[in-house]
Amino acid sequence: MKDIIYRSHILICTGTGCTSSGAKKMRIALEDELAERNLNKEVKIIETGCHGFCEKGPIVVVYPEGVFYCEVKSEDIPELVEEHLLKGRIVERLLFKEPVTEENIPSYHDIQFYKKQERIVLSNCGKIDPENIDEYIALGGYEAVGKALSSMSQKDVIAEVKNSGLRGRGGGGFPTGLKWQFAHEAVSNKKYVICNADEGDPGAFMDRSLLEGDPHRVIEGMIIAGYAIGADEGYLYVRAEYPLAIKRLEKAISQAEDYGLLGDDLFSSGYNFKLHIKKGAGAFVCGEETALMASIEGKRGMPRPRPPYPANSGLWGKPTNINNVETYGNIPYIIKNGAEEYSKIGTENSKGTKVFALTGKINNTGLVEVPMGTTLREVIYDIGGGLGEGMKYKAVQTGGPSGGCITSEHLDLPIDYDSLLGVGAMMGSGGMVVMDDGTCMVDVARFFLNFTQSESCGKCTPCREGTKRMLEILERICEGEGEDGDIALLEDLAHHIKDTALCGLGQTAPNPVLSTLKYFRHEYEAHIFDHKCPAGVCKDLASAYLIDKETCVGCSICAKACPVDAITGTPKESYQIDDDICISCGVCASKCPVSAISQG
Amino acid sequence: MECCGGNKLTEKQEKYYAPLQKILARYEKKERYLIPVLQEAQEEYGYLPEEILTNIASSLDLSLSQVYGVVTFYTQFHQEPRGKNIVRVCMGTACHVRGGDKVLTAIKDELGIESGETTKDLNFTLETVACIGACGLAPVIMINDSTHGRLTPEKVPEILSEFK
Ligand SMILES: Cc1cc2nc3c(=O)[nH]c(=O)nc-3n(C[C@H](O)[C@H](O)[C@H](O)COP(=O)(O)O)c2cc1C
Ligand code: FES
Repeated sequence: MKDIIYRSHILICTGTGCTSSGAKKMRIALEDELAERNLNKEVKIIETGCHGFCEKGPIVVVYPEGVFYCEVKSEDIPELVEEHLLKGRIVERLLFKEPVTEENIPSYHDIQFYKKQERIVLSNCGKIDPENIDEYIALGGYEAVGKALSSMSQKDVIAEVKNSGLRGRGGGGFPTGLKWQFAHEAVSNKKYVICNADEGDPGAFMDRSLLEGDPHRVIEGMIIAGYAIGADEGYLYVRAEYPLAIKRLEKAISQAEDYGLLGDDLFSSGYNFKLHIKKGAGAFVCGEETALMASIEGKRGMPRPRPPYPANSGLWGKPTNINNVETYGNIPYIIKNGAEEYSKIGTENSKGTKVFALTGKINNTGLVEVPMGTTLREVIYDIGGGLGEGMKYKAVQTGGPSGGCITSEHLDLPIDYDSLLGVGAMMGSGGMVVMDDGTCMVDVARFFLNFTQSESCGKCTPCREGTKRMLEILERICEGEGEDGDIALLEDLAHHIKDTALCGLGQTAPNPVLSTLKYFRHEYEAHIFDHKCPAGVCKDLASAYLIDKETCVGCSICAKACPVDAITGTPKESYQIDDDICISCGVCASKCPVSAISQG
Repeated sequence: MECCGGNKLTEKQEKYYAPLQKILARYEKKERYLIPVLQEAQEEYGYLPEEILTNIASSLDLSLSQVYGVVTFYTQFHQEPRGKNIVRVCMGTACHVRGGDKVLTAIKDELGIESGETTKDLNFTLETVACIGACGLAPVIMINDSTHGRLTPEKVPEILSEFK
């Protein structure tokens, strides 16, 4: 059969974000519309992975022009087809509008969100059909593994990765080349390679998007690692909560097998490598490498003390190399372009790019990839478009439950592994949650402790009991029952847990508390001594709402909205709130058309 | 067919265990296959009642306590019947900052159950999870395999009504 040459390609993002905004429905509408107008032999629809701009989904890009449409609904399809595909006119209404200038931007590369990014790991995401290996190969995919297997020794590959300066993207930042060297030097008749795709940090979805958008890149990175250390078998450990990523990986593996890129005698080098997928079963601690391996072995996912490190005694006691999804995603670029080229990007001790998941109270939420050393201000204001209207920047939380927060005084800090540690935060896996005035930092600390406490596996006492006691104190403070001495007690417990817990989960669990205490101690004090929550979040400390008589127009909307019937009054005149009944839920204030309601 | 101590199974029991036997037949008798077997069995039966666990334990040559240990360790596994529709409300950081708890309250009110519970008619089970990985659309819930984002408490009744 002859391949049809299409005059246009329509790329629809079907990542998790856009799918939940209705991309699938829109795709069906588009198919029907194209069929109806007999365009289905001229225009081809391609489903891609995430473009990173989830906020504006569903996202559609029309090639060859490269026009970037956002928030496209099925109702918009007839117009899009009629105008763009038949008449060649861009549908202005569906273009991205820059928040500051209100300008319509037709092309991908001119949007601020993308302009400052440098996409290496995510270079194919949103551009190719992740379920079609040919598209990955067409863009240079599997060249790196070919190069490694046919012209480089194992030691050459390791040297290249070492010289690139790549450090692990899973949180710890350990030099990847060195890790490979250890596993390479371990003597054994059997070795394993593992990809950690357990991505459990709340607020992070980098690994998910990469696996959904460009699975072959990760597979290629794993084959190269396997060759370098001398492993013939690998496991991808993926969270069960990521069904789409699992489906695409399964497909990718079977395609790679069909093409002889996985299996025996790859590139006629005599090297064999096969890959399996293991589905997680819902336990955050399984992201920790020794727990993850216990889980693959079919056991309870509990960590064990290190050393021995996995490089010497890992899966089933065999030497094992374990890296994060994004770490493997960097490998093909390094092997193809060389360590020198790669190490031009980034800072002295942190090379390359980092993918961040930008979320919270920010205009452009989504996935961004920037060179190490980019400042937080550039990420939040230039790429992220700043905070929503009327919101004031308070802090950004990085590193999830192991991390800390960065306040406005450090906005110009170039981001890398060491600079973040220096201010009491950490790179972590790359979640960045932006918080504003309306966020209570004591509540945030309580939130994280609640998370780590319930995810603690219970094996070691400091983590099992210590986090529980810390949580109890924080809960008391949030409920207005805090006492003099609580802060000192929290700090004392925090340091003990950090020093004595068995694994990274416990050792880092107190970080959110220590970091908020460092920068927002006054908020703790306000809760304990003044019985006030400055952000108005902690319900037990929140004051009741008040209606300003002058502004109230007597529309009665608030009274109808109040869930506890605390509001009474006369229509067309004015209303008042009964302090004793009010639960400070704020529903009335959000409904009032004339902004007459505020917290007293 | 024989099972658990060699007692003959009734026809009804045989029918009940048949899907499980089919799952087990695809795996070697090894500890490493315990989690995949449990996952598939739960998909088949909706939850993991004791007789299923006993059967899995003897089929994989593991002790029941070991199987029980694994089942209780991972949050994915359930030993009680579950609703036809599983509503998972994200309590992750991004969703928390954008009002996820208000959405949770609205869902609790709408269904009349607490998180971790199942409605009497077995139609809904409500759960909270740490992060669904769709933080860009926070606050987010998942109903079965589909994700719903940018929620407000007001949108809850309409979304749930589709599954009633
Ligand atoms: C509690 C805990 C959870 C973790 N979760 C993850 C995770 O979800 N993904 C990940 O890649 N690494 C995670 N890690 C780090 C891993 O233990 C390990 O360091 C990492 O996979 C190594 O890969 P890298 O060198 O490429 O970063 C976690 C560590 C701890 C202590
Ligand atoms: S925090 Fe809710 S989806 Fe990530």
